[in-house]
Formats: sequence, structure tokens, C-alpha cells
Amino acid sequence: MSTEWESVIGLEVHVQLATESKIFSDAPVAAGGDPNSRACGVDLGLPGVLPVLNESALGMAVTFGLAVDGKIARECRFDRKNYFYPDLPKGYQISQLAEPVVSGGNLDIDLGDGRSRRIHLTRAHLEEDAGKSVHDAYAGLSGIDLNRAGTPLLEVVSEPELKSPEEAAQYFRALHSLVRALGICDGNLNEGSMRCDANISIRPKGCEELGERTEIKNINSFRFVERALAFEIERQIGVVEAGGEVVRETRLYDAERDETRPMRGKETSEDYRYFPDPDLLPVVVTDAMLAEARARLPELPAAKRERYARDFALDDYACSRLTGDPDLARYFEAVTATGVEPRQAANWVLGEVSAALNRDERDAHDIPVPAEELGILIARIDEGVISGAAARTVLATLWQEGGDADAHIAASGLAQLNDDDELSRLAQEAVERNPNQAEQYRAGKTKLLGFFVGQVMQASQGKANPRQVNELLRELLTGA
Amino acid sequence: MDSETVEKLLRLSALELDEDGRARLLRDLGRIVALIDEMQSVDTEGVAPLAHPLDAVQPLRPDRADPNVDRATLQQGAPATRDGLYLVPRVVE
Amino acid sequence: MAGDAFATLSELRTELAARRVGAVELAEACLDRIAAEAHLNAFVSTCPERALARAKAADRRIAKEGQTALVGLPFAHKDIFCVQGLPTTCASNMLANFVAPYDATVAARMDAAGAVLVGKTNMDEFAMGSSSQTGHLGSVRNPWDTGRVAGGSSGGSAAAVAAGLVPGATGTDTGGSIRQPAAFCGISGLKPTYGRVSRYGMIAFASSLDQGGPMARTAEDLRLLLACMEGRDPRDSTSAEVPPTARDAKPRPLRIGIPGEYWDALGTDMGTALDAARRAIEGLGHQLAAVSLPHTRAAVASYYVVSSAEASTNLSRYDGVRYGHRASAPKDLEDLYRRSRSEGFGDEVKRRILTGAYTLSVGYYDAYYQKAQRVRRLIRQDFLDAFASVDAILGPVTPTPAFEQGTMQADPTDMYRQDAFTVPASLAGLPALSVPCGQVEGLPVGMQLIGPHFAEDRLLALGEAWQRETDWHMLRPRESRAAPEAT
Repeated sequence: MSTEWESVIGLEVHVQLATESKIFSDAPVAAGGDPNSRACGVDLGLPGVLPVLNESALGMAVTFGLAVDGKIARECRFDRKNYFYPDLPKGYQISQLAEPVVSGGNLDIDLGDGRSRRIHLTRAHLEEDAGKSVHDAYAGLSGIDLNRAGTPLLEVVSEPELKSPEEAAQYFRALHSLVRALGICDGNLNEGSMRCDANISIRPKGCEELGERTEIKNINSFRFVERALAFEIERQIGVVEAGGEVVRETRLYDAERDETRPMRGKETSEDYRYFPDPDLLPVVVTDAMLAEARARLPELPAAKRERYARDFALDDYACSRLTGDPDLARYFEAVTATGVEPRQAANWVLGEVSAALNRDERDAHDIPVPAEELGILIARIDEGVISGAAARTVLATLWQEGGDADAHIAASGLAQLNDDDELSRLAQEAVERNPNQAEQYRAGKTKLLGFFVGQVMQASQGKANPRQVNELLRELLTGA
Repeated sequence: MDSETVEKLLRLSALELDEDGRARLLRDLGRIVALIDEMQSVDTEGVAPLAHPLDAVQPLRPDRADPNVDRATLQQGAPATRDGLYLVPRVVE
Repeated sequence: MAGDAFATLSELRTELAARRVGAVELAEACLDRIAAEAHLNAFVSTCPERALARAKAADRRIAKEGQTALVGLPFAHKDIFCVQGLPTTCASNMLANFVAPYDATVAARMDAAGAVLVGKTNMDEFAMGSSSQTGHLGSVRNPWDTGRVAGGSSGGSAAAVAAGLVPGATGTDTGGSIRQPAAFCGISGLKPTYGRVSRYGMIAFASSLDQGGPMARTAEDLRLLLACMEGRDPRDSTSAEVPPTARDAKPRPLRIGIPGEYWDALGTDMGTALDAARRAIEGLGHQLAAVSLPHTRAAVASYYVVSSAEASTNLSRYDGVRYGHRASAPKDLEDLYRRSRSEGFGDEVKRRILTGAYTLSVGYYDAYYQKAQRVRRLIRQDFLDAFASVDAILGPVTPTPAFEQGTMQADPTDMYRQDAFTVPASLAGLPALSVPCGQVEGLPVGMQLIGPHFAEDRLLALGEAWQRETDWHMLRPRESRAAPEAT
């Protein structure tokens, strides 16, 4: 019988920090833009230029360190990592090897049905991003765009404690909601705001020492992390069971083919000649900076999840869905603030609203319907002004046309008919038009009440409030 | 210092030399290493490395962006550009 | 030339202030002198149009508000300072066609002070050398004897001032590159405290050692130039937040340290010349005291490790992609890098890059780079200890006067050892002044005054006092054609 295998996974996630300017220059940080239109002399590594550290980049790293309960170095430094590559203008990357700004810390990941696991972090350090090469544009040539060069990155390195592709994806998700909640990253995965490298090895279940690992580079979605690792685990098992050995190498995940393959021109045994960057001095994190960062620390996803369960009595699913996206959470809280029952608010936000967001591929920060209007809409259901089904139609209109809920309810003519006089009139007619049935009812065939209700609803084109109609009819038929 | 090391250093430094160039280099580097080895006799037990002559700390730059990047000027002397991109022989990944 | 080609900046200020001469006149005279002495190979390029335009503006400014700062004074930049719109080559094939798209902070400040840039001076390629023989345009000649080197790496600036081509120039000093050529050419040069002058736009050789500074005929002129070059620069993380160099009201008698490690190493001729200077200093009322700088002998080794390590990665940016030399028809990326760099860099630069790569590579980092940085701390401590008992340290700048062109080529380390007296102050980041103090074999020799961090004023005051009592700085190179006989 064949051995059972277990996988050991560690992630290195590059978090693009949401600063205005680059980490060492005053060129703007922004996605897109004409090639090299956002690369100044410093980013190009012109002769004679020098780096100066961006205070926000450092501040955001400190904020992250506090949020994951890591150790913040009161003095850290930058090193040069030396290698030649066209998207690396200076021939070295400014990074932190020996003295990272944050070491240790931890992150809780959601294992579903309320279970969670604490993953320990090795470190988080600041570094500059490289530019990008544009291939296939010109025969035999690559074009270099350095707009991204010098963009501040926080590289967050986990301990190899993740046990499965699913856990890895959950870790990536947890980190994603954390950095968004902290406001230090826009979390825009398709624009590469968070890129993940995964270290993965396999070993027979229960075996202590680690197998040889491979590194999968540049995975940029939760789904891809899961698929890339699943593929790589199968590949490694295949290699070993075929009597082969896993070779230490850097591999690339090809999403189209859904496979990983060795990265060419990338030497894993490169001698990077790290040494302290002589253009930069030791970076000191002062008490003042720490205090300020602490003060600015928002409520973290974990705490928020607990609060939602406690104060709003929401289930695990609703809690983690809502707290997973700070904007969605903010919207949800705004809706409940209008006095709507929280679970009902959650149902609408996670139901209709989220569905519409997915359909329109919009982010939760630009929901076109003001929370107040959704609050009113939900209130009208409770008040019996409008039926749940009708409310969905009204929300759709609000989503498309904006405006205020009550106006749409009125205009749509979907409001229920609650006017006693009007209803009594309709009930009266129904009874008078059907004397026989009325006779039979009075004779004890009370099942016929439904028949009369039907008549009234028909007459009111379904707008009559069924509860009121029932009462009125019962009075009419028994009363007289 | 041996020719194998010289090859590695040339590769790391993205430099190339012909035969006698490498021979001369091997000889010169041998002499240079001999010179720098003169510091090995100094007792540096418990002495921390000094990366900078002044004990200063890193000043921080306010996070303000200057959107005026004059690409035309910056690329005036560029050996090969097209559509604002710097051109290089095909990069294989 | 208008007035005297060998007039000092201070003298020219008076002339300009009194309207006895105009800025345009001075600029034109310098350009003529540069052309007349082209054989010295002191300049890489000149900028006549720019110079005359700025000179006209200077004349207008003087007419309006009189002469202030450096308004109207002609000068030259070492070709290591980026000046927007002008070629900036670092005397290298790599940058032979590089036109700087921005101004070095020092360049901008000199412009703002009203100084008139006439051209850019020759040097050792990327400032790596002590003889100004390694530039892509060939050797700078020493005006005192064209068969000899001008020293380096700021040899072009030194020769230009010594030959009366310009009254002042900028230089850079990493291990002696201002002080040594100043001594070889018989002029004054100051290496400021590391951090005193911004490195932004000054093409890097070794970042933790490089320091720009002034070169001129007198210490008084150095003070003038420094005042316009110095100051904290937000673009240079390593530039220091310190008050500007003051002018000491009345220089008091100082205690001056005499380090045995420097003086005992001198040969007879140099020893004789320096001893005379030492006695003369004592004659000025200063008190001499023996001090010890025990780690001096390890300085050259430590310096070559640190400077080469930093240089090896500072020069990685020259890859033929964004600017600079690019090999023709590269067959692939590797080929583009290897050939562009191999064709662009000269032998000495390659040696330093490879030495640096060696000292930083796996297995050697601790034994070389880290060791050198530990030794560096000991060397700085030697000075700090000495300055506990003395105000300044007096010593030679060089072991010999200017050596013959073409010598010391066989073994690069022979040349490296010439820096023995200048690299210690560089490693410690200390200010050091080089002023002429005698002659050996009819060639100028200099003395070096090293001070505590940011004590430039004290050194300059000493130099000024020295030059009030002596005339070594007034001697003129015999071979300089336009120059009258030395008196």
C-alpha cells in the first residue's frame, strides 16, 4: 500500500503599500499610466541619484507589525540585494535582510464552521518593487517599463505551518482582509497589489524532517494559490513515488495550463552579495511613531467578527463574510444604524447587495444605493408597506436610478393596500356578489373564507393586505 | 585567488575578459588580496562593524508625490526605446 | 588675461566689486587659457555659451546689487558632478555620451551663488585612482612638470587651478582625491567632513566615503567656495544637519597632534620639507604634541575593501539599458550586459568592481567586508582618542611628490599604497585640509591638517594663518607657458 503524504507550506506575500509616492523617490505610485511616465531619475537609477525613505511606508510597516502583534525593531536597516535583471534599474534591489522592521507576529486563519488556526509569521520587511518586462510586443525584444520600480512593498513571510492548499488560500485571504482593514494596501489582486510566493515540500505523514522544497513565484489570486499548490503537491508526490527526487528550484504557475513549470534564467543558487546600503542610514522607529501608529490602529477583522457575533447575533458565515471586506462591513453597520434588525440587514447586504456587486463587478466601496435608503426599504417590509418580493424590485430600481426608497415604492404602485374603508368596500362587494357562498359559510363551511379572500385580492390586484382582509371578511360573514 | 574564482567574479559582475586579460586579472587580484589581507592581523574581537563615519540616523521624506516626470528628457540618451519602453534582447522567464 | 591668470577668487571679487573687470571678461579669459593649455588635458569639456550667458547675467546682477557670494567668479566642476544639459562623463567610455538630465545639488548651489561654470575637469575614471591617468581621454599633465602626474582623482581640477586656467574648482575626495592632487600641483584643497556637502548628483564611487569639496589657490578661497557648496540636502539621506562653517573671529593658539605613524614613514626629502613646515607651524604660536594613530597601517587595506565593495554595486547600474554605452548588436541579454560593461569600463574600474564582488561574496563577506568595517571603527576611534588631547592633527599628504607619468602601472597595489596618509581621515569621515608647504626636487609638496568632525573652520583658519606667513601657495609652475617666473 502507498505512503500517505502531508504537505508543508510557507507563504511570502508581497503587499503593495498604499502610499502616494515611491518608497525612495517622490515619483507617484499609481497603476497604469504610459510606460515610464511614473519613473523619475531615482527610479531609473540615473548616475548620482540617491534614495530617501518615505515616512508613510515605514509607518504602514509599523502599523502592520502592531496589528499582527509582532516585534517592531526600534532600529532596522536596508541592504542591497545584488543581481542583474532588466527590470531592476540599479542592478540591486534595496531590501531588508539582516534587520527587518517587523519580526514574529501571528495571523488567525478561518478553517470554516467557526474553527480557526493561528499561523506564526517569521518576519515582515520593507523593500522596493521592480519594474516589468513587456514581451511579445516586438520581435526578439522585450520592453522595460519602470513605472512600478520603487513602489513600496511589505514582504510578509509566514512560518512553514500551512498544511494544505486550502489553508494557504485562507491565510492569503486573512492577510488580504487585514491589510485592507489597516488601510495600508488597496488589496486589488488583479492589479498585483498582493503577490504571493509559496514554498512547498511534502513528507510522509508523521515524518519529522522536511523534504526538499520548491518555490512557486508570483501567484496573485486566492484561487490560484490553491490550484498552484494542489498541482505542485501532486507533482512532487508523483516524482517521489516514481523513485525520483524533488529538486530545489523556482517554479512559475501558469494559470491557463493550470500547472507549474521551472523558471528559466532564475538561478536559485545566486550569490546576491547582500550588504548594508551605504546610501541609507540606520532607520529608527521612535516612541512617538509607535504611539501614533497604535492610535491610528482600526478595529481588526478578528475583533470585528467577535463583535458582530456578540452584538448582532450573526452566524459565523455572516460574520466572516462581512468582516472580510471593510467596505461591506461599513455599509452593513450603516444600514443597521437606521434601526433595522441586524440579521435582516445582514441578509440583504450579503444577499441582494453582494449579488448585485458581483453582477456589476463593483467594489463594496461604491455601492450605488445609500445605506439609509436600504434601511428605509427594509423598514417598509416590517411595516407591511411592501412585500419582500416587491422590495427586491424596488432595490433593483434604486440600484439603477438612485433616488429615495419611498418615492420608488409609491411610483411603482407596489405598496400594499391598507386603507380599512377601501378594504371593507371590497370585502362588502365580495360578500354581496356571492350570496350562496356566504350562506354556506354562515352554515359552518368556514373553509370558504379563503375563497372570499381570493376574491378581494383579485379585486385589489394583489395589493390588499391579506391579514386585514381576513379579519374584515370574518367580521362581515359572522357579524351580520 | 584562482581562475575558477575569477570566472565566478566575472559572471557576478557581468564582465568578460579575453585570455591574457583573465591572466593579468588573476595576477592583479592576487596582489590586491595580499594587500587587503594586511588587515587580518588586527584584533577586532568585540568590535562592531562601522558602516558610516557619522552616527546619524535615516531622515524620512514626507509622502508627497511629484507627478511631473519628464520622460522625454530622461530618455534622451537612452540607447534603445520604443513607445516609451526601454528595449532589450528578449527576456526569458 | 584680464588682470592676472593666477589671481585668487578673493582678489577677483574685489576687482569685480570695483568694476575693474567684468564677469564676461573673466569667463572669456578662462576659456582662452584652457585652450592655450590644452596640452595639460585638464578639461573633458567646456561650455562657452552657457558660461557667457551666465557671465552676462552676473554682470547685470553686480551692476544692480554689487558683488556678493560668488557672483561673476569663473570656476570648473570635476566631471563627476551632473549639470543639467551638459555632458557628464566621469572620464569613462561608459558615459562618454551621457548628458545629465538634472543638476547635482552642488551644481545648483554654485549656480545660485552666481559662480560662472566654464567647463568640466578631467579625472581618473569614476574617480578610481591617484594619478588621473585612467580617464577615457588620457592623462592629465602636472603643470609643474608635464612628465609627471597631476595626482588624482581630481587631477584635472588641481592642474586647472595650478596652471591658472580657473581660479577655483570643485573636486571629490573618497580616499584622498582632493588632497593628493592639490599637494602634487601646489594648490589648496579641502575634503569636508562626510555629510557636509551633498552627494546628490555627484556620481557615486564609494557612498560611505565620497565627499565633494573645494579646490583653489588659497585656504581663504576654499572657505568662499565651501560656503556655497555646503549644507543639508533633503535629497541626500547622509547629508548632515549642521550649522554652516563659521568664521572663527580670532584663531587662538592650538594644540596640534603629530602622529608618529605618519611622520616616521617619510623618506629623507619629504621628511626635511615637512619638518620645516612643522617648525613653522610651531613658530605661529601653536603647540605641538605627539599623538598615536595605532591602526594606521591597516587603513589602506580597510579602505580598499570598503571602497571597492561599495563601488562594485554602485556601478551595477551601468548596464547599457537606460543610458550610457551599449554594445552593438547584442545576441542576448547576457551579451548586452557583459559587452556593454566590458567595453564601457577601463581596467582599473574593472579591478575595483571585481575586488568588491570578491569581498562581498559568500564565504568572504565576514573575512573581508565585515572585517574592514570593524577595522574602520578602530581607525575612527584612534582619531577620536587623539582629538581628546589635540585640536588638529598635522601630517604629510603624500609619501612623495608627483610621480612620473606611466610609472606604478605594473602592480596596482603600488599606487594604492600612495594613499596611506589620506585614507585614514576618509574612513573616519573627518575634514582634512591640504596646503602647499614646501618643495622637493622643484615639485610642490603639501601638508595635511586633519580636524574633528565638522571642524572645517578651525582647519581653514589654520590654513589662512599659514598662508599669511608663507608663500608656497603663491609659487607658479615654471612650465605653465603663460606663467611668469616664480619669485
